[in-house]
Amino acid sequence: MNTAPRYMAGRMSGRISGRFSGSWLSRPASDTQVTHRGRLWLYALAALIMIFLVVPTLIVIPMSFSGSQYLEFPPRDWSMRWYDNYLQTSEWMTATWVSIKAAVLTVLVVTPLATMAAYGLYVSQLKAARYVFILLITPMMVPVILIAIGVFFAYTRLRLNNTMLGLVLAHSALALPLCLIVISAGLKSYDMNQERVARSLGASRLRAFMVITLPQIRFSVITGALLAFIVSFDEVIVALFITGSGMSTITRSMFLALRDQIDPTIAAISTILILITTAALVAAQIFGRTAQKKS
Amino acid sequence: MQRIDALPIHIRAVTKTYGAVYALDGVDLEVRSGEFLTLLGPSGSGKTTLLMVLAGFTRPDAGSLKFGDAEVIRMPPHRREVGMVFQNYALFPHLDVAANIGFPLKLRGIDKNDIHARVESALATVQLQGFGDRRIHQLSGGQKQRVALARAIIFEPRILLMDEPLSALDKKLREHMQIELRRLHEQLGMTTVYVTHDQREALTMSDRIAVINHGRLIQLDDPRAIYDHPADPFVANFIGESVLLPVEIIDGKPCYRGRPLQVAAGHARDDKTTPGALLMLRPERLVFMDDARADAAAYNRFDGVVGHAVYQGENFVTYITLDDGHEVAVRSVSRKQSLAAAPPPGSTVTLGLHRDETALIPGHTAAAGNNNNDAETNRGHKP
Repeated sequence: MNTAPRYMAGRMSGRISGRFSGSWLSRPASDTQVTHRGRLWLYALAALIMIFLVVPTLIVIPMSFSGSQYLEFPPRDWSMRWYDNYLQTSEWMTATWVSIKAAVLTVLVVTPLATMAAYGLYVSQLKAARYVFILLITPMMVPVILIAIGVFFAYTRLRLNNTMLGLVLAHSALALPLCLIVISAGLKSYDMNQERVARSLGASRLRAFMVITLPQIRFSVITGALLAFIVSFDEVIVALFITGSGMSTITRSMFLALRDQIDPTIAAISTILILITTAALVAAQIFGRTAQKKS
Repeated sequence: MQRIDALPIHIRAVTKTYGAVYALDGVDLEVRSGEFLTLLGPSGSGKTTLLMVLAGFTRPDAGSLKFGDAEVIRMPPHRREVGMVFQNYALFPHLDVAANIGFPLKLRGIDKNDIHARVESALATVQLQGFGDRRIHQLSGGQKQRVALARAIIFEPRILLMDEPLSALDKKLREHMQIELRRLHEQLGMTTVYVTHDQREALTMSDRIAVINHGRLIQLDDPRAIYDHPADPFVANFIGESVLLPVEIIDGKPCYRGRPLQVAAGHARDDKTTPGALLMLRPERLVFMDDARADAAAYNRFDGVVGHAVYQGENFVTYITLDDGHEVAVRSVSRKQSLAAAPPPGSTVTLGLHRDETALIPGHTAAAGNNNNDAETNRGHKP
């Protein structure tokens, strides 16, 4: 639907190049004939929103290269010392490994569970299925601080405080809702007749799911797994309650460091995390796009 | 592909309820070995539920289902050895055409070379030679239909089930595929149960048609018997067009407005003395009477006034209001002569219906206790 305006833009910019900006303003911005001039306020608003969203994240990057003892913006001199400090402090390294381990284990626990739950709720003809769905996504609706308090008291009884198992189970409960919603949405655009036909052609239900259904909902499953990873990796409140020395996650350690001593190491860590997350998102985008083209 | 050894299907008292609604209400049906049987009914009639029972995806509340001598009602779908074609084809988009068609063989652990050979043969059977390495999204609707069909027959199932497989195709292609499906059935010979809501498709393709409504089997007959001798007003209205006129029984003879009717002899269903019987008028069976007609005495006559006429290309339809207020349609072939001879609007005409084509049908619905049908289907029957 954009072909006509684009075609015109090509011709007009060639012919009246001198008044290009003026003609761009008076040209229609969409099929509704609203000109770009009439849309200027919208462009400005959109730009403001984007700046508001992105700048707080990006501001830590220059701060991480600061040479000073304290977090400051803009930095007066530059150095890599806080990156060195992060990589050479054993507490930071331990916390990093705890976070990675917890996040990977959370993914391994949550992704199969959420896939099974999404599938079961999707094919179920029970009226109760809707309520089960709501029950499963409650961790998303309850304030995390309440969950943290509850988990802490429950774990005291169960002796799960300050254990990897406890951390992974708590994170799994927090990650399940998002993962379930994403996979359920993927199943909704999947044609269940394909699984039926596979079964009529001789595949058991499990085999039909593994060979026919799973390959086709794999993008929502992968997205759900990524989200589960991020939920666990990002989580700080529950970790503050149920983990202590030796089992502290990186976000928990960052939070404590921010409270106790304000040094730019956490800016360095944040920068690394931003890079990793951005790379993962870009990779997922590229992966998803090529997969779409193929199918 | 080789001719397949077919199996009969015995359906006994199959009942399925969803809450208080009967999707299937005690259905008894015998599908003969090697037969092409169509389940025909409006949407929500239970025809698809019955097909799902045959495939094993819906477990009925009660009843028995036998393929040959084997009771299969508790057997899961993947053990039933039944080929199935769905309305939307349900091809696997992540596999190519050959992998789709070879899927049932791969599941059965058949050797790769054998699979390749049999896929080629199946592709030839559905006239898609050389399409093996295409992706599903590269196929047209008709080609997808053929792939779905090849996939359903490659493992030589003795029973083939099809759920409105042609409804997504445009009219020309649909009519072409109807003939092709029929040809394939004659070539392979498996027992085929075909679901459709399209009465013309059912008449074109079937050995026998089972008309289903409100979860009940209303009539099971060959296409001509279904069309010429419908079991009840629902069938008469659902298949073809018809207007039903009330018939009185005077001195044991059927009469219309006091005049005795001549009725075709021979068909068992025409119980001429049933109270409440109806006379079925089909548009193509009615003719404009003129006294020059040699066998004029063989026609039942109906007087009326010409209303409007509709030109439909190969046919034209004239609407006539009979003396008692019923509006009937007369369909004539559009030839120059007949068009010129068509009576002008407002004129009085006499319609004729040959006695051999005069059929009476019972006024009540064939499925007992379902009388609310009359009101909605029996449009010609004014009080």
